Amino acid sequence: MSEYGEHDKNGLSVGIVEKKFFTFAEPPNKMIMESGARLGPITLAYETYGSLNEDKSNVVMVLHALSGNSHVAGYYSEDDEKPGWWDNTVGPGKGIDTNRYFVICSNIIGSCYGSTGPSSKNPQTGKPYALDFPLFTISDIVRAQKKVLDHLGITKLLCLIGGSIGGMQALEWAVSYPHMVQSVIPIASTCKRSALSIGLSEAQRQAIMADPNWNSGNYYDQDYPKKGLALARMIGHITYLSETSMHNKFGRRLKENTAFSYDLSIDFEVENYLHYQGNKFVERFDANSYLYITKASDYFDLGEQKGGGSLVKAFSGIPAKFLVISFSSDWLYPTAQSREMVKAMKKSGLDVSFCEIETDFGHDSFLLAHEQLTKLISGFLNRIYS
Amino acid sequence: MRFDLQIIASLIREKSRVLDLGCGKGDLLEFLQKSKQIEGYGIEINEEKVILGIARGLSIIHGDIDGETQDYADGYFDYVILSQTLQQVYKLEMVIKEILRIGRKCIVSFPCFNHIAIKFQLLFKSKAPLTRELPYEWYDTPNIRVITLKDFREFCTKHQIKILKELAISTHYKATSGKSVKFFPDWFAKYGVFLLAGQSETPSGHGI
Repeated sequence: MSEYGEHDKNGLSVGIVEKKFFTFAEPPNKMIMESGARLGPITLAYETYGSLNEDKSNVVMVLHALSGNSHVAGYYSEDDEKPGWWDNTVGPGKGIDTNRYFVICSNIIGSCYGSTGPSSKNPQTGKPYALDFPLFTISDIVRAQKKVLDHLGITKLLCLIGGSIGGMQALEWAVSYPHMVQSVIPIASTCKRSALSIGLSEAQRQAIMADPNWNSGNYYDQDYPKKGLALARMIGHITYLSETSMHNKFGRRLKENTAFSYDLSIDFEVENYLHYQGNKFVERFDANSYLYITKASDYFDLGEQKGGGSLVKAFSGIPAKFLVISFSSDWLYPTAQSREMVKAMKKSGLDVSFCEIETDFGHDSFLLAHEQLTKLISGFLNRIYS
Repeated sequence: MRFDLQIIASLIREKSRVLDLGCGKGDLLEFLQKSKQIEGYGIEINEEKVILGIARGLSIIHGDIDGETQDYADGYFDYVILSQTLQQVYKLEMVIKEILRIGRKCIVSFPCFNHIAIKFQLLFKSKAPLTRELPYEWYDTPNIRVITLKDFREFCTKHQIKILKELAISTHYKATSGKSVKFFPDWFAKYGVFLLAGQSETPSGHGI
């Protein structure tokens, strides 16, 4: 996702930000995961921007997706090359205006940007957890995030907003802590992943696990499963784009030659791009975290888990107002899945708005600077806040 | 505010729950929220208008009228409004049936095809009429049906739909003032506005 981080054209930024940490679930009070496993202590990395108002009523919580982190906006230092991953949307005068709102984002449990995950040291062994780290769910991610809010003394969320797996967390939040949540904006998300989507997810996991260097997850003091993780990212990246966007960006253009190589090296520009994305990703992401987080998103089924099989039941009685947004060219979490979510919300009597934005940029559209998306978010937030 | 929308607003009780079908960017909903403190919802097919509506703080669902009405419970809304949309609705009987199911009362307004200016155009020019209310050429009109006040009355009778109120309006399109037509309304009305009783308000049911 940080592939898209660009400096703001108008120089608008939250400025220099700091990553903070909060540790909880110290033994013996370990957190009981949905699987029944116990985990502790747990540290979550988080960042905040803007100022909390007196009655703590201006909190917007951003939930990040698979490869994201707590670094939503701003820079860590003056010479930082890139701002946070959603700098185009979060900042002074932007869609989520940090002059008005207090924005929080925490790195999810199991990730590798400062929160406890498979690459963290297991205090019992002194070595990285690797596969001893328990499998977790979206519900576990959200329950851990709640601890950070408790720590900050925040009891009310003006809005929860997230794309993709971030949207799943936003939905889970609204259902799990309805009294805390005033509004929710799930973007390019779903209440349950489709078979197609789970299949793609498993293909990415198998790419990692088929790399001999993966070594059943024990690679932290030896060669890293670079090829496997890069391949997983290549597959993933394709699912975030669309046929049209790939056609427009690459077509059948050849990398450098004007003729085919007639060997198995890279011929096409699109191959070159995907290799580049894969190799770049390996430098910043942990292979085991990738396995665990994709698995958590595959398990997510809000209707099944919170409504005994009925999404309508899962949503019923929730006071939060919803704004559901989808993108016309997103085939990973297609509009039909957002519509299904909206349908259930309507049947539950919820106050829901919905918009499908026409765009060629596929699932990743939520990360791109998009005037229409910004208008929707800022207008909706303004309504909830006033 | 457009005169026909003012007329619609005059039919709506304060603090009621209202669904506006084909709400555009939400002019009527916003007007009703301010003047009648309603709980308003809209359905609109045009993405740009949906975004403008949501951005100004309204609850709007991006979708078509045929599909989006089906998810609401019987009598969920105090009023369902179908304003200047009827002439463009494809599955008309189904939509009317749905709005009478989900609305305790329904307000339907449409441009009349029986206005005297239209009659004269047909009679003397032998051309498909063009008026400010029906401004499209025959080849690019979104209006798939032509309706008169009498047609709609007969439709209601046939389907046992109870008409609570009927207003004939003579005003220019987008005008902010206008007047009701009392004299020979079937000839001089440019718009018709009907207040209908929903299914839940019609104990014997109706025939749709």
